[in-house]
Amino acid sequence: MNILVNGVPREVADGTTIAALLAQLEMPARQVAVEVNLELVPRAEHQRHALCEADRLEIVTLVGGG
Amino acid sequence: MAAGTHASDARLDDRLRVGTHTLASRLIVGTGKYASYELMGEALALSGTDCITVAVRRERLIDKQGQNILDFIDTDRYTLLPNTAGCFTAEDAVRVARLGREILLGLENPGADWVKLEVLADTKTLLPDPVATLAATELLVAEGFQVLCYTSDDPIMARRLKQAGAVSVMPAGSPIGSGQGVLNPNNIRICLEYLKEGDPDYPVIVDAGVGTASDVTIAMELGVDGVLLNTGIAHAGDPLQMAQAMRAATEAGRRAYLAGRIPKKLYATASSPETGTIAPKPR
Repeated sequence: MNILVNGVPREVADGTTIAALLAQLEMPARQVAVEVNLELVPRAEHQRHALCEADRLEIVTLVGGG
Repeated sequence: MAAGTHASDARLDDRLRVGTHTLASRLIVGTGKYASYELMGEALALSGTDCITVAVRRERLIDKQGQNILDFIDTDRYTLLPNTAGCFTAEDAVRVARLGREILLGLENPGADWVKLEVLADTKTLLPDPVATLAATELLVAEGFQVLCYTSDDPIMARRLKQAGAVSVMPAGSPIGSGQGVLNPNNIRICLEYLKEGDPDYPVIVDAGVGTASDVTIAMELGVDGVLLNTGIAHAGDPLQMAQAMRAATEAGRRAYLAGRIPKKLYATASSPETGTIAPKPR
């Protein structure tokens, strides 16, 4: 199925969870937060939250700022 | 040490209290725009701050070898203050605040329960959108956030933000990154009067616009509780020197405010005794 991750189209296997996607992207789970279709998904739910076709994800981290 | 000196030192030691947070330094420093994360880390340490702002942005999908700021920050040493910089609507600011909180919860940093709210009006001035800022403050307060609110130096707006539940109102001295200093000290004075009326410990922090040490001191001498700055250090010719200057300036301004300055007078007042002078040579 196709999803959008930080504005970039990506194809993932059906039933892929947020945790699995973060592992595929080699992202440090502790340093990111994930929003699916404009709603924050708490870290505790990443293991069981399965993504759906056309989901729009924002995966964010901290950067320098004032 | 004389007793009097000791007493005023103890008074200077009073901490900056914002909501449930207590900070040792009255200087809050941003982490943006440094030439490198290494330089940022050194400058933060030299500034004496124990509270630093951070922004929330998309994780890079391609440059995975890129450095993460978290590798250069001791999160046990600093309370992080996540901002909503780059947001132009109340809705987006709330989303970013939630995302920042989620990351800080994962880091087990005490800053997870507060946010520096910025809702901007346009990219040219980076001035706050007052209507959206007030709406976002109400939404975030309802969600349990402690909101430190970036705003203009308008005293009426400042009062509205406090009434909406902001734990600190943070008027800009001048536009973000402009280095123009405190352009309208009279407005800051009125902000202080309105916000501290019957509530003298309510924290007011000048956020944005300070360009050099004297700007910080001028702000602190007005009686604000703290200064938040970023570019003034990050883009200084020597950020490490400037970090130390800003630290000293914060302390100097605070101490001068507590001491109470002399009134300005039109004519001179002699410092040396006017009596007991020797007989003048006849002219």
